[in-house]
Amino acid sequence: MSKDNQILEEFTSKEYEHGWNIDMEADQAPKGLSEEIVRFISAKKEEPEWLLEWRLKAYEKWTQMEEPNWANVEFPKINYQDIIYYSAPKQKAKPKSLDEVDPEMLETFKKLGISLEEQKRLTGVAVDAVFDSVSVATTFKDKLGELGIIFCSFSEAVKNHPELVKKYIGSVVPVNDNYFAALNSAVFSDGSFCYIPKGVRCPMELSTYFRINAANTGQFERTLIVAEEGSYVSYLEGCTAPQRDENQLHAAVVEIYAKADAEVKYSTVQNWYPGDENGKGGIYNFVTKRGICAGDRSKISWTQVETGSAITWKYPSCILKGDDSVGEFYSVAVTNKMQQADTGTKMIHIGKNTRSRVVSKGVSAGKSQNSYRGQVKIMKRAENARNFSQCDSLLMGNLCGAHTFPYIDIENSTAQVEHEATTSKIGEDQIFYCTQRGIDEESATALIINGYCKEVLNQLPMEFAVEAQKLLALTLEGSVG
Amino acid sequence: MLKIKDLHASIDGKEILKGINLEVKAGEVHAIMGPNGSGKSTLASVLAGREDYEVTQGSITYKDQDVLELAPEERAREGIFLAFQYPVEIPGVSTTNFLKTAINQIREHKGLEALDAVSFLKEMKTKMKLVDIDQALLSRSLNEGFSGGEKKRNEIFQMAMLEPTLSILDETDSGLDIDALRIVSDGVNKLKTKDNATIVVTHYQRLLEYIVPDYVHVLYNGRIVKSGTKELALELEEKGYDWVKEEKVA
Repeated sequence: MSKDNQILEEFTSKEYEHGWNIDMEADQAPKGLSEEIVRFISAKKEEPEWLLEWRLKAYEKWTQMEEPNWANVEFPKINYQDIIYYSAPKQKAKPKSLDEVDPEMLETFKKLGISLEEQKRLTGVAVDAVFDSVSVATTFKDKLGELGIIFCSFSEAVKNHPELVKKYIGSVVPVNDNYFAALNSAVFSDGSFCYIPKGVRCPMELSTYFRINAANTGQFERTLIVAEEGSYVSYLEGCTAPQRDENQLHAAVVEIYAKADAEVKYSTVQNWYPGDENGKGGIYNFVTKRGICAGDRSKISWTQVETGSAITWKYPSCILKGDDSVGEFYSVAVTNKMQQADTGTKMIHIGKNTRSRVVSKGVSAGKSQNSYRGQVKIMKRAENARNFSQCDSLLMGNLCGAHTFPYIDIENSTAQVEHEATTSKIGEDQIFYCTQRGIDEESATALIINGYCKEVLNQLPMEFAVEAQKLLALTLEGSVG
Repeated sequence: MLKIKDLHASIDGKEILKGINLEVKAGEVHAIMGPNGSGKSTLASVLAGREDYEVTQGSITYKDQDVLELAPEERAREGIFLAFQYPVEIPGVSTTNFLKTAINQIREHKGLEALDAVSFLKEMKTKMKLVDIDQALLSRSLNEGFSGGEKKRNEIFQMAMLEPTLSILDETDSGLDIDALRIVSDGVNKLKTKDNATIVVTHYQRLLEYIVPDYVHVLYNGRIVKSGTKELALELEEKGYDWVKEEKVA
């Protein structure tokens, strides 16, 4: 018996000593986190032994770690023993038509320009045969299947492609990477798995498909994308529609593995419930996202539009290991009311001639705090590495804050690293210029903000860019003056 | 069309306009001249509804409406246009996009349908010729990195697109060389009809050689101290503003 197992064994018996027993038939686990709970989750999901061990290892690491506190955010201490870590997806009574849906929600959809059919799907209205989302999804799946692309839920992948999951899970974000990644690794509920075979160019944005299937992945989501040599995929996570969730803490992990000449574009639109005027009840979004450009000439590009959550804490990063590999990070983070965001990226240059580009646009309104935190690290081996970072902050009103924390760490003298930062305010001059042309203040603000974020929005898939633009306007509604 | 009665306005508690009276009829061109600090630009800003200024006394009526009750965008939708002395930069927003937004909001206000892309582009083409403006400029971020001449030409282009009934040109000649001045003035003249009116605010007589006013008013210390026809501008040019100041004192 290995040392790890020994420790595990001890823990297990200890728990039993206390007479702790879980009803395996229950739909949800009791509150709190323990080795037993991890076992319970794994058993519920009928996982293989290796994955259970992997989870247990993560749990053990997690118990030895401390919750980090270096981010520029404030929140009351989280009681990790007061959280339910497993809950079976519930079948809610479906509304029969949109007439039964909360009118406020429909109004929001209308403002975002979301189609009627999609509105039905998002609100869980049973859809008619023609637009049956299941059949649409199946069509997509057939087409992807022909190309050898695997795209399914994480649980399905564990069942059907265990060798791939086993090989790549934790290869980019190790279980002990950080507190929240360790927590996720121990208790992750579900998520997505995507595999693009060698030389295949995924013919569609995985967005459409994903949006149909995104519901109920839970608070500890896990995504793994593997791009074989010379493949390409554009992946879209999230939704512009406002998402509410009874779980306050969300700690997701996303891993991207790109081999030689592969390109992965990962776009996120995040609009979790930000809480009320006082920030009460909003989601804490603590995410670990990382990609590795393992092969030469590979490329990973992150694009994010963050408008939701009470607290956003995430740094989509690229490890540029392969020579001539490229990492990109395009971000718009909007905070309003009492929202707090500490977000940015890490670009780790290991290979030769590696290049990275960072464009971050922060918009703060209300009493919110918005921080950019970015690290550029050029390792010894990374000859001729280049980085360009641009961090712009826009302030609306006098009660919000914008902060920039750049960390630059260079170990190779051939590196070229540029960092530009600006802070500006939406000028009354700009607003007046617009209103004088007949544009009302709300639209003027939207116009100015969208102009300011254009470089990032341009990176999004077309249809999503349009929705994202409207989302920005909606988030900042009423924050002028 | 426009009636200004005993208009007093101040900024940060300091009174700038001290009782302006002015009447402008459709089809007329009025020039407002005056030395620096006389209140010319303040008058233009107050007409357009800039919030920094507080109107403390008097009234402005335009097409029988109380202008002071209207928000800046409402005034614009009613046909009041201000060509800015210092046009504002809006990064990431092209002139085309900006104007499309403006025109459609004005149309919505008038109960008209939004202009489709084809009609909009057609309209753009026509008006581009009028002020001799380049397509490429209109695709760039509004006023960002524009030369002084390009900014002013862009203002007149916007005016052409929005077809206002009352245009206020605030020091449109400042920072223009002779060629640009001629192009800009040409544009303004071509846009002139019997149904619209123009107020030209300027420090120099030079612009008035190109845009010939029906009336000239001299603003000094927050009041119109002298009104006359275009000859007044020439007299001013000759004698300088000191002449008005002295007369005022005398």
